[in-house]
Amino acid sequence: MSSPFLTAVNISHTFHDLPVLENISLEIQSGDFVALVGPSGVGKSTLLRILAGLLRPSSGEIHMADGSRQEPIGLVFQRDNLMPWRTVAENIRLPLELMGMNGREANGRVQAMINLVGLAGFEQRYPAQLSGGMAQRVALARALVHEPLFLLLDEPFGALDALTRERMGLELLRIWEAMPVTVLLVTHSINEAVFLADEVLVMGSRRPNTKRPATITHRIPTGLPRPRDLAMERTAVFQDCVTAVRAAIESGV
Amino acid sequence: MNILQRQPVWLTTLVSFAFLVIGWQLLVTLGGYQKFILPGPLDVWRQMQIVAADGRLLRHSLITISEIIPGLLIGCLVAAPLGYLLAKSPLAERLISPYLIASQAIPIIAIAPLLTIWISSVYWSRVAVAALVVFFPILINMVVGLRSVPAELYELMHVLKADNGQIFRKLEFPAALPVFLAGLKIGATLAVIGALVGEFVQPQSRGLGFLLITARQSFKTDLVFVILVTLAVIALSLYGLVALLEKQVLRWKLQK
Ligand SMILES: Nc1ncnc2c1ncn2[C@@H]1O[C@H](COP(=O)(O)OP(=O)(O)O)[C@@H](O)[C@H]1O
Ligand SMILES: [Mg+2]
Repeated sequence: MSSPFLTAVNISHTFHDLPVLENISLEIQSGDFVALVGPSGVGKSTLLRILAGLLRPSSGEIHMADGSRQEPIGLVFQRDNLMPWRTVAENIRLPLELMGMNGREANGRVQAMINLVGLAGFEQRYPAQLSGGMAQRVALARALVHEPLFLLLDEPFGALDALTRERMGLELLRIWEAMPVTVLLVTHSINEAVFLADEVLVMGSRRPNTKRPATITHRIPTGLPRPRDLAMERTAVFQDCVTAVRAAIESGV
Repeated sequence: MNILQRQPVWLTTLVSFAFLVIGWQLLVTLGGYQKFILPGPLDVWRQMQIVAADGRLLRHSLITISEIIPGLLIGCLVAAPLGYLLAKSPLAERLISPYLIASQAIPIIAIAPLLTIWISSVYWSRVAVAALVVFFPILINMVVGLRSVPAELYELMHVLKADNGQIFRKLEFPAALPVFLAGLKIGATLAVIGALVGEFVQPQSRGLGFLLITARQSFKTDLVFVILVTLAVIALSLYGLVALLEKQVLRWKLQK
């Protein structure tokens, strides 16, 4: 097997006096779709920020496959993703502008992403004129327009209604299958994690009666075939996996 | 009320202005006030024509405007970078902001004489007073504007490896602009007050403030009113200019 895309070794993090993460080690293979679940406040976003290079952990190391550390990654948050003074197209173009790409090549890429996420016709709208689901599509398109190797999503569909959420999940899968990108998705929906990911990482504390400091207590492969479709949610494999993840979360706290 | 609300703004403004003038005239006529106590709108209008015809109104207005505009610009040029520093550096904020807030407790009319001692030029000491009045609201709005930038957008810029210049141009500047322009609108009207205070303290022979003082000393109350109206027009025009600029720059805010 080739060396993993990302390896984290013994990551621990303390905010001032608050120990949040403890001895987290994980490996993500290139092209994998990994979900990270756990109760709120357990430290999921903190771990995501560390893996994104936004936060230096108190201790521990992160190794990435050759060259991937320097590449800009893709990042989507739950909210406040977009610049309200930029149109849809201008928001999506931002990463290219920052890389110094302009003109026809940039326009072509922006338009391709707009088509891919189904926003054709909305190029000139401002974020205030978009629904929550459309805004998150724009954020997703912007996160992918510079063809990053690593896409980090922090509860990207958390503020959407159930139906929109399901549709966005399917679209994310379609896009991921079309692009050579490794995905880490933080979510509080167990169903979503199992349905989308190859592997679900469960965060929790090994100590009784506290969720801090947290570590990765379980790694649960979903074992579902690809491509996925919604009918799979009714299969025994899916249901068993959901049950296993739920049990893992409950035992962890 | 409902009928009025449905009319265009210029019409309602005109109507309210007409009522004001009529009420004013009624007050003068019924009250029997002498002209030097309370002149009527007609007296003021006549006086306005006189000072407009002999060129005094324009000359002194231009002088005052030539103090207001640089005062506003200098106030911005000092306040905006300082606001940026305060918003970005907690240490700078801790060191500087107590003095800034304390300085606001001292009325400008008390500081202005000091400025005229330090700045010998009559013109520049007036500009300095105007700049000083403008300074604080611009500073505060700059800080508030920059603080309003969501942490998520900073993080986005960092993962996209943006340098500090890019972060300023593509994130901080456009994000802070609406609040900054709101501060500029307040600053524009305050600059008028500042220039006038400067002229009161240093009234040597020119500017609307000088004209006001001489008018009062010779009991030409109608001329005092002409000057007040002129000052209001200048302040409103400046405010309107900034509002127009705002409309141009913040077109994204006006969409549905
Ligand atoms: N910048 C910060 N400074 C201090 N404490 C923080 C900071 N960010 C997060 N925390 C704390 O760390 C813990 C984990 O937060 P977070 O990673 O956001 O959890 P999750 O994303 O799983 O809900 C929480 O108790 C939170 O209050
Ligand atoms: Mg979180």
